[in-house]
Amino acid sequence: MIALLIRDLRLAVRAGGGFGLGLSFFLILTLLVPFGVGPETGLLSRIAPGVLWIGALLACLLSLDRIFALDHEDGSLELLVTAPLPSEGIVTVKALAHWLTSGLPLVLVAPLLGVLLSLPAPGYLWVTVSLAVGTPALSVIGTFGAALTVGIKRGGLLLSLLVLPLYVPTLIFGAEVARRGAEGLSVQTPLLLLGGISAGVIALLPFASAAVLRINMRQG
Amino acid sequence: MMLNVTDLAVARGGIPVLEGLTFSVAPGTALVLRGPNGSGKTTLLRTVAGLQPAFAGTVDGAGERIAYAAHSDGLKSMLTVTENLTFWAQVFGGTDIAQALSDFQLEPLADRLAGNLSAGQKRRLGLARLVVTGRPLWVLDEPTVSLDTASVALFASVVRRHLGAGGSALMATHIDLGIPEAEVLDVAPYKASPRASVLDEAFL
Repeated sequence: MIALLIRDLRLAVRAGGGFGLGLSFFLILTLLVPFGVGPETGLLSRIAPGVLWIGALLACLLSLDRIFALDHEDGSLELLVTAPLPSEGIVTVKALAHWLTSGLPLVLVAPLLGVLLSLPAPGYLWVTVSLAVGTPALSVIGTFGAALTVGIKRGGLLLSLLVLPLYVPTLIFGAEVARRGAEGLSVQTPLLLLGGISAGVIALLPFASAAVLRINMRQG
Repeated sequence: MMLNVTDLAVARGGIPVLEGLTFSVAPGTALVLRGPNGSGKTTLLRTVAGLQPAFAGTVDGAGERIAYAAHSDGLKSMLTVTENLTFWAQVFGGTDIAQALSDFQLEPLADRLAGNLSAGQKRRLGLARLVVTGRPLWVLDEPTVSLDTASVALFASVVRRHLGAGGSALMATHIDLGIPEAEVLDVAPYKASPRASVLDEAFL
């Protein structure tokens, strides 16, 4: 399983890999928002937590269809399923690799991009914390969506439609943590709910993802 | 341990394509499946490999013993030959790829990206994967596609060594590999009559 993780990370950073795709999207979005909204710093700093969260969510979404589709196209997914790895392990490693290459870089650059959006000082900590707690849920839910649509040609649209509603609770509580943090309010309740969502989907969804992956492999 | 297939029926897209198949593959032997295109050889191999459930009947002695090789080789074009092979070795709990590289004469290509290999070289790399799995039962779907005569001979000698070491193989191929241990099974007579099976299902 570690071999699979290393392979996926290695593929992500080689030419044509998915690394940097979500990150550059996130960067472009946060660079463009001040131009679109106007130079009013009061307004920008008010919407900054929400913009950062929506940017992170869409950036995650962008790379989801690569999780299984590439392995399906070159046949290695079929071979992996017949290898001595449990399907639950395969989907967990895939989700982890997606988070390490898409989610974690977003968490790390979000405070830097906060400067561009005039994020209030207390917000930096809470934007980072909320993304660190919330983005694993985005990767795990996204892996489930990718497993559901793996055999479908041009399944990207269907994948987005399936996954976006499932992302809403994470977005609501994640952005709420960031907003309250930026305004200096207590973040305890939304942070606990956000943590609960992440813990819940990490515990349960790999089993669902593994089951739909096995069913999808039957079609050949 | 033998591979025993009893009264197996396999379906593609919910429609039975083969039925009443009974055969076994003992250690040290190989079984070659023959049949026209679309006769269900791939479906049968996928069922034996556990990728899809049997429509009826049983498959015993497969499961964790098989190494499956499909039409596509499962190679990553951005990884080198060594990296591709090492990955599969690690997945199957091994580390030694030297034997597999020399079996398929891949040493000169070891540091080449898999994406830069020719079709035949890719196939050789795909077949070398079987050696690193260390699994006793090879389930192969058209293993010799895009191989030249010399590579086919190379492949046949690797299969014979595998059989000699107590392994076994079940493969679909149209050409004669020159493996005396291999028996041939023509799947054409086992063609399913779809309508009858669907009706049975409906009335039962």
